[in-house]
Amino acid sequence: MSSEPNVAFVASGQIPPSAPPASEVGPIHWLRANLFDGVVNSILTVASIVAIVLLVPPLVDWIFIKGVWNAGSLSGCREVIAAAHGEGVTGACWAVINERFNQLIFGFYPSELYWRPILAFVLMLAALAPVLFSTLPRWMLWFSAAYPIAAYFLIWGGLGLEVVESGQIGGLLLSVIIGVTGIVASLPIGIVLALGRQSSMFFIKTICVVFIEFIRGVPLITLLFVASVLLNYFLPPGTSFDLILRVVIMVTLFASAYMAEVIRGGLAALDKGQYEAADALGLNYWKSTRLIILPQALKVSIPGIVNTFIGLFKDTTLVSVIGLLDPVGLLNPIRATAAWNGILWELYLFVAVLFWIFCFSMSRYSMYLEKKLKTDR
Amino acid sequence: MSDSTEELHVDQSKMHITDEIAIQITDMNKWYGEFHVLRDINLTVHRGERIVVCGPSGSGKSTLIRCINRLEEHQKGEIVVEGIELNSDLKNIDKIRAEVGMLFQSFNLFPHLTVLENCTLAPIWVRKTPKNEAEATAMQTLERVKIPEQAHKYPAQLSGGQQQRVAIARCLCMNPRIMLFDEPTSALDPEMIKEVLDVMVDLAEGGMTMLVVTHEMGFARRVANRVMFMDEGQIVEQNEPEEFFHNPQNERTKLFLSQILAH
Repeated sequence: MSSEPNVAFVASGQIPPSAPPASEVGPIHWLRANLFDGVVNSILTVASIVAIVLLVPPLVDWIFIKGVWNAGSLSGCREVIAAAHGEGVTGACWAVINERFNQLIFGFYPSELYWRPILAFVLMLAALAPVLFSTLPRWMLWFSAAYPIAAYFLIWGGLGLEVVESGQIGGLLLSVIIGVTGIVASLPIGIVLALGRQSSMFFIKTICVVFIEFIRGVPLITLLFVASVLLNYFLPPGTSFDLILRVVIMVTLFASAYMAEVIRGGLAALDKGQYEAADALGLNYWKSTRLIILPQALKVSIPGIVNTFIGLFKDTTLVSVIGLLDPVGLLNPIRATAAWNGILWELYLFVAVLFWIFCFSMSRYSMYLEKKLKTDR
Repeated sequence: MSDSTEELHVDQSKMHITDEIAIQITDMNKWYGEFHVLRDINLTVHRGERIVVCGPSGSGKSTLIRCINRLEEHQKGEIVVEGIELNSDLKNIDKIRAEVGMLFQSFNLFPHLTVLENCTLAPIWVRKTPKNEAEATAMQTLERVKIPEQAHKYPAQLSGGQQQRVAIARCLCMNPRIMLFDEPTSALDPEMIKEVLDVMVDLAEGGMTMLVVTHEMGFARRVANRVMFMDEGQIVEQNEPEEFFHNPQNERTKLFLSQILAH
């Protein structure tokens, strides 16, 4: 017997590709791979199904089947439910939302002028559209640029429109004003801060670092108290400086510090070769930043940026602490009335759904954008 | 070294060296902190020269060519490129960079732009060329590097060799007078090296002034008019390729050549 292995081999032809085995494709494969992949997975799947069966039907029952939309008070709700489903049965009392809907949306905005914030909201969607979707014609951006001025006059009045005081603005309207302004303003400020923090110029860098670290190190509530109380001490006596404006500035500064750090992460993720290639082609700092660096850094940062946006939008509810009547700020006054005393879940659920709609839309848009901008494979 | 240079078609008669000086480096020194990377570099490059720079890793060869377009800053001495002195004047730096093309080992294409946009970006934004004119030039250049059909793809969809050829096209669209190559084939699979070297030969035959940091000794033999050996931050030896490879003088050169040409 020879101890030498026979290493010579020549393929006799090309093996044609064939379909994968049946167990690797189709719904059966999906079930096995995702729901029943091993003992632990199977137990978790069964447990989840049990939890859904136990929780969802009672919730649907409480919210929809036993829910009451028309009643003058909480006790009114209870009477309607007792009459329909028998004594001791509970159901949701949506009548409170029905009665206070306008207040939760507009605050104490004069009801005959509701068309103005509604128009401002519709125009806002039109102004955001060309910014969010690059397939729309670019001239629409001129409208977007002019929108803030139009929105200001629509909401606060002036230029022949009846003036509405800031104190009358509340509800979701207030959240959207603070949230959208904060979001739109914090992104550019955040970009400038992030670039400044990377700067080779000592003072620019120091100013940006100090600003970012100071703002990030302080709770938003503190800044809001500064806006509502302390700022008056520093301003010359007699200056009235709108509270909503002060709050918007504070929320914007707060979000831009976070934004700067998110974008700095994106800048750091960029390969050094990108900076060098841009330099080597003769692009100056601003051109290379605008054309090469930021498009890539912002793309990487999208999840973080949208995360900050969502956080900012939800943080607007903190303004209730300094007495502004955003949806959360309105809940206690409503619950303090004789008619609705004792109501709890329905109000908070409604406010939660309001915020969820906005935040979920942002999250979806972020996913759309990430997919659209994906060019790296 | 590599077999891929064996079949390169090179026509030396098309390459002309003129008296015009493209790059003049005098007593240049550079430090990274305390570390003395480049020591008393003196180098005159005439228009049309093809200089291959070789040497062990860490010898400063990449740093040297990166100083020529100021990707690295030198601390002492003088570098004059196309009659413009490199100093801290940003205008001068951008002017020189527009005239000097640079190729990187890792291509450094812009991944968020298509191949065509990679090629038109600098002409449009630096040279202020109208967009359609820049696109026409870019298409011609892509044809020259033999990948016009990839114009609308993104860099990540191309092979390494194709990406490096796009990078060459991106440089050429700026009509550079000098091109610097920082190990242009080191990141490529063997079967892709030749397609890039072919384009480089084409450039050399077109009269381009080239400084090439490379380990492709076949390319050095056939294309370069001068081979330069660097070690520990200094130019140790330079000569015509024939002499350099067959009759090295310095011990360090001999050792280096014996190591890389051993197999």
